[in-house]
Amino acid sequence: MKSALLLAALLVVNLVAAVAVVGAKHESRSLRADLQSLRVARDELNTEWAQLQLEESAWANPDRIGRLASSKLEMSHPDEFIMLEAGQ
Amino acid sequence: MKQQRPTRRRNVKLEPPPAWRARAVLIGFAVFGVVLAGRAFDLQVVEHEFLAQEGEKRHLRTVEVPAVRGAIRDRNGEPLALSAPTESVWAVPSALLEAPEKLGPLARVLDMKTDDLRERLRAHASRQFLYLRRQLSPAEGRMVMAVEAPGVFLQREYKRYYPAGEAAAQLVGLTNIDGAGQEGLELALQARLDGQPGSRRVIKDRLGRVVDDIAEFAPPRAGQDIRLTVDLRLQYAAYRELKAAVERNRASSGMVVMVEPSSGDVLAMASYPSFNPNNRDALDPSGLRHRAVTDTFEPGSTIKPLIMARALDEGRIGPGSVIDTEGGVWRVSRDLTVRDFRDYGDVDLKRLLTKSSNVGAAKIGLELGPESVWQAYLDFGFGAETASGFPGERTGVLRDFYNWGRVETATAAYGYGVAVTGLQLAGAYAALANDGLAQSLKLVREQTQVLGSEPRQVVTPQAARTVRQKMSGVVSNEGTASRAALPGYSVAGKTGTVRKVGGSGYNRERHQSLFVGMTPLDNPRVVTVVVIDEPRGKDYYGGAVAAPVFARVMRDALRVMKVRPDQGGTLTADAAAADGERS
Repeated sequence: MKSALLLAALLVVNLVAAVAVVGAKHESRSLRADLQSLRVARDELNTEWAQLQLEESAWANPDRIGRLASSKLEMSHPDEFIMLEAGQ
Repeated sequence: MKQQRPTRRRNVKLEPPPAWRARAVLIGFAVFGVVLAGRAFDLQVVEHEFLAQEGEKRHLRTVEVPAVRGAIRDRNGEPLALSAPTESVWAVPSALLEAPEKLGPLARVLDMKTDDLRERLRAHASRQFLYLRRQLSPAEGRMVMAVEAPGVFLQREYKRYYPAGEAAAQLVGLTNIDGAGQEGLELALQARLDGQPGSRRVIKDRLGRVVDDIAEFAPPRAGQDIRLTVDLRLQYAAYRELKAAVERNRASSGMVVMVEPSSGDVLAMASYPSFNPNNRDALDPSGLRHRAVTDTFEPGSTIKPLIMARALDEGRIGPGSVIDTEGGVWRVSRDLTVRDFRDYGDVDLKRLLTKSSNVGAAKIGLELGPESVWQAYLDFGFGAETASGFPGERTGVLRDFYNWGRVETATAAYGYGVAVTGLQLAGAYAALANDGLAQSLKLVREQTQVLGSEPRQVVTPQAARTVRQKMSGVVSNEGTASRAALPGYSVAGKTGTVRKVGGSGYNRERHQSLFVGMTPLDNPRVVTVVVIDEPRGKDYYGGAVAAPVFARVMRDALRVMKVRPDQGGTLTADAAAADGERS
């Protein structure tokens, strides 16, 4: 009688453990899938960041800025100037 | 056996089977068995290793995860070299050949001929891995995958981009296609820029698809980002003006070096001809060299302020000394007669530099003697590598003074018989600019001081300041470099026009035009060296060829660095306001 009870209890424990294993395995799978998709997202963001930096340096190229300043905005170097000193 | 046969159909008479049949079956089985055993032996023992490898190939694989190489940035964080991900297309040739209808569309997106693609696949049909095209943009990579050809995969690779292009090409250098430094700072800083690739164990099927990702994972370690001392804006300005001057004067090459004297930071270092580092197909080897570190030249007259500083330092001459230039022709010995452009009479130190008197410089040199002249040049950094760490840097030529007679000493005093690099010359002038304290030259911003690169006091602050004052005449209307003058700023500088050594002694036709200058006079913020090699226009004097480059580059540099003009009228705001009220 006693041993039958023990057997039943162990059976229940075994069942619970089995379900837990399935749950853990499932969770690990879904976490790994998350990790994978986050890695992909990070890669894509890195790619975009590099592209944006390259784009920025192309637009902000000092030669280009200088050309635009003199042609579009008609700016020039102030070769004649007066220094203004802020009053005390 | 016959006796045991069932006897139910006794009336049917059966022929006994011939004896050979049983034997034939038996022999058949035996042969079969032997063949099987042999094949098993063959597979298990003879070809075991090969087969195991092949199996592994189709099963468990270590996939390398590439690490991103560190970026090279200028002092303000602007990128000079940057790695961006690209997609490389690879294929399992045998798998792809099984789908001939996909070859056409695939070849189209890869920008190849269909026949060429097929040929390449056939030639490597036994391989499991073949690059079809490397370093496509991510968008192009997606187009390749859209074809859905079997056995075709993408591999993430990093490609190096150089946003500053040809302006900083030799300085930044290049990597090879596998991403290792090959030239310039990319090579010098390879160990720090390089990342550590990671790895992943995965299970793949025969077509190379990842079936399962098993946990073993070493994450890739990205390379270190490195900041240079260079200011990209100055680098652009220097390169632009250098290029324009070389073309205008039909010169063969040129260089510009800009140094911040107080820190030894190299602010810009340009060399022409250059190349486009983003297009390695059209590489011209002559453009690869950074002339400011790999080419040496005789500094000529630009050396005079240095020898003068040393003589002042040793007290051989004083700030008020006057030197007799012997009518512009001075016989030092049987072998050497020193000549000036014309007779300058008795010159003070300022006039000596303003007119660039060789006789005056030779006299100062002989007054100092061989050892002192040699020691002065050594102290100013000639004959030794700078601390820049640039690959291929030359030390120049500074021969031992033991063999110097009067001729060698006199010629060394006006800059012949000594060879320096553009960077060394910039370093020497930076010492003058920094009141005699020579900072070691730096290309990379370091947190810690590099061992053995402590600043050295080369000449006393008084001597350095006096020489700077004496150099201010050079850019006056009187001087050899009036075209180096900058509106609003005081400038100290020195020209040089050097005859190049040809096949038989010094060549009258081939020159080097030099200008070295600094501004503002009291506390120079920038020292700039300009060298234009072999100008073939009507001008070849340093004052006509190199000095204008200095003026143009400095105008930009001083604006970018927000250096306050020290010349010209200054109004207080109150006075200006009062002025405004009156009008």
